[in-house]
Amino acid sequence: MEAMATREAYGKALVELGHRMEKVVALDADLSKSTKSALFAEKFPLRFFNMGVSEADMMGTAAGLAASGFIPFASTFGVFATGRAYDQIRNSIAYTRLNVKIAASHTGITVGEDGASHQALEDIALMRVLPNMTVIVPVDGRQTFQAVEAAAAYDGPVYLRLGRLAVPQVIPEELSFELGKAQLLREGSDMMIVATGIMVKAALDAAEILEKDGISAAVVNVHTIKPLDGEFLVRMARITGAVVTAEEHSIIGGLGGAVAELLAENCPVPVIRVGIRDTFGESGAPKDLLQKYGLTAESLVLAGKRALELKKA
Amino acid sequence: MQILADTTLKELKQKAVKLRRDIIEMLYEAGSGHPGGSLSVLDILVLLYYRVMRIDAANCQYHDRDRLVLSKGHACPALYAVLADKGFFPAGELKRLRKIDSILQGHPDMRKTPGVEMSSGSLGQGLSVANGMALAARLENSRRRIFVILGDGEIQEGQVWEAAMTSAHYRLDNLTAFLDFNGLQIDGWVRDVKSLEPLLEKWKSFGWHALEVDGHDYRSLMEGVSRAFANKGAPTMIIARTVKGKGVSFMENQVDWHGKAPGKDEYEKALRELGYGKEGGASYGGDGYQGSLR
Repeated sequence: MEAMATREAYGKALVELGHRMEKVVALDADLSKSTKSALFAEKFPLRFFNMGVSEADMMGTAAGLAASGFIPFASTFGVFATGRAYDQIRNSIAYTRLNVKIAASHTGITVGEDGASHQALEDIALMRVLPNMTVIVPVDGRQTFQAVEAAAAYDGPVYLRLGRLAVPQVIPEELSFELGKAQLLREGSDMMIVATGIMVKAALDAAEILEKDGISAAVVNVHTIKPLDGEFLVRMARITGAVVTAEEHSIIGGLGGAVAELLAENCPVPVIRVGIRDTFGESGAPKDLLQKYGLTAESLVLAGKRALELKKA
Repeated sequence: MQILADTTLKELKQKAVKLRRDIIEMLYEAGSGHPGGSLSVLDILVLLYYRVMRIDAANCQYHDRDRLVLSKGHACPALYAVLADKGFFPAGELKRLRKIDSILQGHPDMRKTPGVEMSSGSLGQGLSVANGMALAARLENSRRRIFVILGDGEIQEGQVWEAAMTSAHYRLDNLTAFLDFNGLQIDGWVRDVKSLEPLLEKWKSFGWHALEVDGHDYRSLMEGVSRAFANKGAPTMIIARTVKGKGVSFMENQVDWHGKAPGKDEYEKALRELGYGKEGGASYGGDGYQGSLR
């Protein structure tokens, strides 16, 4: 499979789903061409509802459709989906456990040139703290197809985090996708890198570099941040004794936060969180932003070495 | 146009007196809650549940039932009184309002209370949800109708107007909204806090079929509903002029009764006003009521 943005894969997966499941409907808030829900709209115009620039209204409408037995997928940019419509998601979707799928595109710093107002760096934290919410961050195109499938099969609210940029295929084809199960992508004994989304590729690259320095780093993909695969992560932490987390999101409240919370209670080992360090983003080319904000394989290598020092101390 | 017969009118009024007693009793037992808006919205609920809506308490999840969203969730004691009386759950549960492990939460919870179609409490969200339900009914070619009740203070929320545009854009004529226009909100008269006027014109200009009725006169309310059902191609907003605290003299039009429970003296006085002991006078749905309404 060629390089593809996860939002692109989402649009295509939604069309496939639409053919098979007549209860699947889609909503968007005037960004359907960007979120790719327009692909669904084209095929199923009567099952697509453009809500205009009204994210709060969109989430409420989706809740009403779900309460009547439909499976709505509501799309917009991550920053508007989670921030603008937070109370609607909290009270009309999460509290009610309604079967709404929130598919948020343009998450993370790789939104790029649009700048900080459009870069969702706290969306995982906002969704993760809500009871009943499932949070999924697919790595690549194929995994997005699997995630959309799994989200539709699961009865309950789901937040699906998607990206703007085309990303290479990272997850081997033979690996199946199970909601809530982490994937061990590379074996290792000295430490592990726990990554999600586009940072999984950086984690695999970092492990290569570390190996040249004689350090054996395992790489784990956490595509489901909630519910977190705690049992597996604790077992891996016991074996490796040092952990780095990697995400295109604030180090507060996201994957790093979740892993640190888990390990502090169950297996206290050094955890170094790599992510956005409590700051807003800015405009720029995505690759320049990744460099400036330290979301690179090199940053993960440094973090890995720091974690190892702490482990020895 | 359907005109309610005199006998029906009498039965509805008797039913409402009994339900108002239930509201006062449950709030007294709970020690907190919202009497003002519960009493103002009650007659709208009575007309809908006893004369208009197609529902079945014995089979409360049947798919093609009509739906009601109480967007002004704080008025739920009125809804609970009606649902208990209709048999959605035992009337004894009313005593457990707002207490630990109760099926009757301080604000509606669809996962805990049989007959509650949507959780609410955070104002401004119910119209969007009702739109979703109306779109769903249309997708399924179902004749089921969707009702939503908003508070007047509530429509100061911006989401209501996002949703109002949606209802009109999608021409949701299977949707009927009510505004419980009692004129009061927590901090005072709505016209002083933040005026809604011109109210009728606002809804009309948003593409709605909008009309005004007397929210405590069943014939007037029924006329509004009939006109809503007859109207095609647009949603209907029925602005129901109501009195906050209706039926209990010392609560009527008193903003202080928005969100506090009656003490013992007030409770007894309110029950006396509502004819406690006169017509069977039982408490808690114990229903001295002898008419045909169920």
